[in-house]
Amino acid sequence: MNQTSTTYGLLAEYDSTHGIFEACQKVRDAGYKKWDACTPFPVHGLEKAMGLPASKLPWMVLGAAITGASLAIIFMVWVSAFDYPLNIGGKPTWSIPAFIPVMFEITILFSALTTVFGMIWLNRLPAWHHPLFQSIRFERVTDDKFFIVIESSDPLFDQKRTQKLLEDTGAIKTEVLEA
Amino acid sequence: MQTAAKITDDMKVPSKSFWHKMPIIAFMLGIMCILYWVTGFKADPHRAMYGYLFAFICVLSIALGAMFFVIIQHLSRAGWSVVVRRIAEFAMWTMPLFVVLFLPIAFWAPDIFPWSHIETGDVILENKASYLNMNFFMVRSAIYFAIWLLIGWWFYKTSVGQDQGNRQEDTRKLWTLSAPAVILFALSLTFASFDWLMSLQPHWFSTIFGVYFFAGCFLAGMAFITLMLLGLQAAGILTKTVTFEHYQDLGKLMFGFTVFWAYIAFSQFMLYWYANIPEETEFYMHRLQHGWEYVSYAMIFTNFFIPFFFLLSRHVKRNKLGLALFCCWTLLVHFLDLYWIIMPNYGAHGLAEGAHPPHASIHGNDLILLAGMLSLFIAYVSYFVARKNIVPIGDPKLIESLHFENA
Repeated sequence: MNQTSTTYGLLAEYDSTHGIFEACQKVRDAGYKKWDACTPFPVHGLEKAMGLPASKLPWMVLGAAITGASLAIIFMVWVSAFDYPLNIGGKPTWSIPAFIPVMFEITILFSALTTVFGMIWLNRLPAWHHPLFQSIRFERVTDDKFFIVIESSDPLFDQKRTQKLLEDTGAIKTEVLEA
Repeated sequence: MQTAAKITDDMKVPSKSFWHKMPIIAFMLGIMCILYWVTGFKADPHRAMYGYLFAFICVLSIALGAMFFVIIQHLSRAGWSVVVRRIAEFAMWTMPLFVVLFLPIAFWAPDIFPWSHIETGDVILENKASYLNMNFFMVRSAIYFAIWLLIGWWFYKTSVGQDQGNRQEDTRKLWTLSAPAVILFALSLTFASFDWLMSLQPHWFSTIFGVYFFAGCFLAGMAFITLMLLGLQAAGILTKTVTFEHYQDLGKLMFGFTVFWAYIAFSQFMLYWYANIPEETEFYMHRLQHGWEYVSYAMIFTNFFIPFFFLLSRHVKRNKLGLALFCCWTLLVHFLDLYWIIMPNYGAHGLAEGAHPPHASIHGNDLILLAGMLSLFIAYVSYFVARKNIVPIGDPKLIESLHFENA
């Protein structure tokens, strides 16, 4: 138990998209939850091989869009019809058509900002350091190597058995990452 | 990777399929509907010809939407859409049908279009007469059809020619000529909408009107293509070739254009509403009185909010029933949109002071004629479907399309 407290996880290296694809399916089927795959480029279908659930981002964006639209319309009605009514071209102060362009823009603004910052937040960024960077082999993840990392905080994690599993998936090298 | 296209489906509709009976059934239905409409025409030719124009524009807009889809796929050198493109090519090359269907409109044009007889003292129409006169109108209509026949024929012929194999260099020609084609298409569609729709209210003008009509055309075309694919798959055809990935992309395009339509419709409305100049607000004044106001307000929901929220989720775009419902709804509300553009003009021009145009109403005869023309159109398309390859098997990007996946 001592060891797991100082271990971040196990890193396994693969040298092909095919290799990591099959390895991901095996890790997924073994029931691990806290793990990730790192590749130099997007591998089609890898999210299914990893068993990742659908992203929560669309729901966050929908919430932001509804918030933006409501805020814009409430604010404009309050300003134009209650707080400081002005006669503009003889139109009623409650002129919804005039509010729609602003409403649209605020909706888009809230949605776009939520998409970008929500994506960054869901990716747990910004992070100034990560245990993966200890590995010298891992540097090739931006070049030509594929990696799977299983974290020690996963309930199924057991250094020996997890290492065995990763070797069985055809990893060309496994290594222990310190926390 | 794959070196040859792996198509496990039949490229032709099996001879026992229902789709072989479709052309004759649809044709008979179409003729019956049109014969029924003729009885109404005899009773009131003027009203019936408004219905004719409505039905004609509805069905033509589907073919034009399909034509734009084909052009834009070549223009963007798209790979994903190859397996669905042939259906659009069939729908596009129905243009000869529309030449025939246009003849009654050409013949009755002086009766349909109010600018054909200018009342004395109508300075606006006197000044517009150099453009809005019968001879020039006929010449322009002929030019539109010439452009559409040319685009439809050449893009169809070249694509089908590739099926014979060894014609892959034609793809480069399709890419090159799609650029001038899209310019010609945009100009002809815009001016056709000015001539056939906007000039029904000849004092009024809107520079965005062509774009508005185009947005509806593309929606109708895409909805029709998707329904055809769903119909073919329901009969067990193309089931392995067209996947949920293709449906999702068709859905995305339709979703985008639902928003685009609303954006353009609102842009047109808001500028006129804000400026509040009588000659510009005329269009909306007609449509916010005499019963049309219910249609106008309802369309905000039927044409935008309901389809928008319905198709927002990707699960609906990847669900055949959901997508089929959306396509039927989109076609219906597109027809409603055209009805709302055309019909309020009936009886509105040249009224005596104080008189008002007829109340909003739906004539059964208009709908029967629409069903008739739609049937003729479906007969034409399914005639191709039953005889030709339903996927462009010679297209060099076919493999990419077969393996296409949304990221």
